[in-house]
Amino acid sequence: MNSITEDVPKKTESKSVTTFKETFNQHIEDIDTTPGWWRRMKREAFEAFLETPMPKRKDESWRFASLSNLSFAEFDYGKPPSIANAQELVEKSNVLEHQSGSFIFADNQTIDAEKASFELQQKGVIWTSLREATSKHGELLKDYFMKQEVHLGSEKFALLHSAFVENGVLLYVPKGVEIEYPFLSYNWITRNNAAAFPHTLIIAEEFSKVSLVEAHFSTTEEAPALSCGVTHLFAGVGAKIDYTLLQDYNEETLGFQINSNIAGKDSTVKSLSVNVGCRNYRSETHGQIKGDGAQVEMLSLAVADEDQEIDQRTLQTHSAANANSNLLFKNALKDKAKTIFSGLIKVDDGAQHTDAYQTNRNLLLSNTAEANSLPGLEIEANDVKCSHGATTSQIEEDEIFYMLARGIPKEKAQELIVYGFFEEILERIEDEKLTEVARSIIQTKFSSK
Amino acid sequence: MTTAPTQIEIDRDKGDFQYPEQHKFDAGTGLSEKTIDYICDVKGEDDWVRSYRKRALKVFESKPMPTHWATKDLENIDFDKIRYYLADGQRASRSWEDVPDDVKETFERLGIPENERKFLAGVEAQFDSEAAYSNIKDAVAKDGVIFVGSTEGLLKHPEIFRKWFGKVIPTGDNKFSALNSAVFSGGSFIYVPPGVKVSHPLQAYFRINAENFGQFERTLIIADEGSEVTYMEGCTAPKFDTATLHSAVVELVAMPGAKIEYITVQNWSSNVYNLVTKRALAHENSVVKWIDCNIGSRLTMKYPGVVLKGRKARGEVLSIALANDGQHQDTGAKMIHAADETTSNVISKSISVGDGRSTYRGQVHMPKNLKGCKNNTECDALLINTNSRTDTYPAITVRGDSNSVQHEASVSKVSAEQIFYMQQRGLSEGEAMSLSVNGFVNDLTRQFPMEYSVELKRLIELEMEGSVG
Repeated sequence: MNSITEDVPKKTESKSVTTFKETFNQHIEDIDTTPGWWRRMKREAFEAFLETPMPKRKDESWRFASLSNLSFAEFDYGKPPSIANAQELVEKSNVLEHQSGSFIFADNQTIDAEKASFELQQKGVIWTSLREATSKHGELLKDYFMKQEVHLGSEKFALLHSAFVENGVLLYVPKGVEIEYPFLSYNWITRNNAAAFPHTLIIAEEFSKVSLVEAHFSTTEEAPALSCGVTHLFAGVGAKIDYTLLQDYNEETLGFQINSNIAGKDSTVKSLSVNVGCRNYRSETHGQIKGDGAQVEMLSLAVADEDQEIDQRTLQTHSAANANSNLLFKNALKDKAKTIFSGLIKVDDGAQHTDAYQTNRNLLLSNTAEANSLPGLEIEANDVKCSHGATTSQIEEDEIFYMLARGIPKEKAQELIVYGFFEEILERIEDEKLTEVARSIIQTKFSSK
Repeated sequence: MTTAPTQIEIDRDKGDFQYPEQHKFDAGTGLSEKTIDYICDVKGEDDWVRSYRKRALKVFESKPMPTHWATKDLENIDFDKIRYYLADGQRASRSWEDVPDDVKETFERLGIPENERKFLAGVEAQFDSEAAYSNIKDAVAKDGVIFVGSTEGLLKHPEIFRKWFGKVIPTGDNKFSALNSAVFSGGSFIYVPPGVKVSHPLQAYFRINAENFGQFERTLIIADEGSEVTYMEGCTAPKFDTATLHSAVVELVAMPGAKIEYITVQNWSSNVYNLVTKRALAHENSVVKWIDCNIGSRLTMKYPGVVLKGRKARGEVLSIALANDGQHQDTGAKMIHAADETTSNVISKSISVGDGRSTYRGQVHMPKNLKGCKNNTECDALLINTNSRTDTYPAITVRGDSNSVQHEASVSKVSAEQIFYMQQRGLSEGEAMSLSVNGFVNDLTRQFPMEYSVELKRLIELEMEGSVG
């Protein structure tokens, strides 16, 4: 357990807190561009962070999770040296066929940026780094930056993010603007013990349409690191947002990803994650349905092997009527891997005619893997259609036999079945090249071991 | 369909009556070591029971309320205002004639005709905490079946009951099992010898009849190798102004090849806290089936469980819950797989009426190195009024690549078309609604013994009266 908790004796506590306070003060000094309001916000977040206790074993929102591996104190929060192989990384950051703009970050530093086209800029589209946004778009950030509450247990880590975040992307799409190709935000971790804070903020105004792809990668296989990311999506009336996250950090990384979206009236929000990396990965996704007739989709696939632990918590909150939300989380587990899926559909008493679904499927591929499933419902409106389903099982003998009978070796047959298991999610990725990249990441993970 | 929240008038006349209390033994209110000494002295219990109770009291005091996951309503229980023990001090009666008249009248009001009772194998009717009447049919006793109260069981047959007493549900399992272990009185202890198939169900009727008095029955059923037994309990309680507490512990032990079926139909009045721990230990090839109907009470928390300890053991929970205005039915099931090829099945149906809230909480656990385990869980919830509420919180853990689990839950309402169709044919909206609800639970009630499914159908009709309009 990390040393900045209430569980440790007073003396050591004050010492480690002092050290961490110094780290934070150094961080504030390092970012000299910080405007006053941002500095205040960071300080408040840091104070709150210190006061918030670490998750405890009895917390329902951390049920089944291993709490012993969440120590974040030993990471390096200081200013990184300039990235040596920046050009090489930029060349490698090519997961999309077409893109409307991109940002490539390495250890929180911008190493490359492709601006939005002049035409889009003319229409009022804002595509900028968070650091630039703090000085140029302060008004916008005041309304939207870190304005979605955390309800799924990672309050402390969201505050850590708030205190240390220094870069990320802001994408603002004005009323009626439809953008064909996705924007790309690429986050590399290169250093040993690096602490990265990827941030994505999308504001889609009325009847606009936009998509964004976020990629999380490490440059080395061995270097331990911390990634604590936040993504907030705001979909206005009739807006359409399509968000995809590809996470393939090395298996020494401790990862937190706190995503939340607000869906306005008749809006469509789709979020899709592909989670392959990290030693311990905690992802929280909150779909807030605030407008009548909204359509929200939450999709995820995860492959876990060796000692990996992938912990996914979701919440679908329906506070408006006639809306529809659909969740599908698929996990495949090898070796001693462990996954947790905990989902809750919450329908408020006014949200009549809600259709909300939640499905979790776990495929166990070894005798020592462990899948935990906590699919929940809290329904306070009576005229609704809600269901959840959770299944955990293995590859059917019949399916293997069918393929063996056709001359496909057993190993290959298993592989094919697992790929087939994920196709349901993969085919929902819009960009063809991205689909291929995701597919090959999964295949690499299976073939390498 | 438009249904406005209405004040529901429930016909509770059947249970809404009481008789003057003439308890010879009364431990007063509140709980301390003195209370326990008093209970032990009155019952004439052995020293090991006394120390067992006292240890349990310490555990109870040390455990916090489980409100980090359960409802905050638990905090409204005032443990100092509860009477933990009282009994008329009468011995379990041998024949019907010995039963006091007012007790007989109680049964009359419950609608259990005397002649029907004659067909029952044994009637263990519990009036307050002591068995007021018990009658084991000669045929059953001849087979060596022991069917006694908990006090008598520990006193006269310690060699049988002590071995398993508190083993399936340890004292420290939860706060309320510890409370029960400290102050238990009443309940049934049953032993079925190897190979004996008890052809008639054994029954016990429970009643609460003292204000602020909590009932703490302790039931232990041991079905030895290859035997079969069905046990039924039915509960109704008169209405009181202040909350009463009911906290039972039921332990079942199914030895290899045995079959146990445990049926509960309860209709507590809406001021009762019903916090029950029920668990079974299933050995090789045995089958344990819990059938549980929860109607009434202010808060029911009950999650019957089966620990599947032997190869090919099977556990089943069939559960029906109906939560009306001001009621919270927090029920569910626990299936702990601990041997190869064990199977379990959970079917839960809940109905929420008015501002009633029904909750399903389940746990399925399959640890590593097991092969061929299967679980199936289905939870269906029906919401009647716009302010009705339902929750589902299952927790499933599976390890290994040769086990399979499936869980499904759905929430729905009575279709307006169905109601319209029935109204077209001359049924009132209320009648149509109760017919629909009975249809919703029909595939479960069909598995119940006849008299219970009839009683249940009547209870649902009563509860549904006035729920629409």
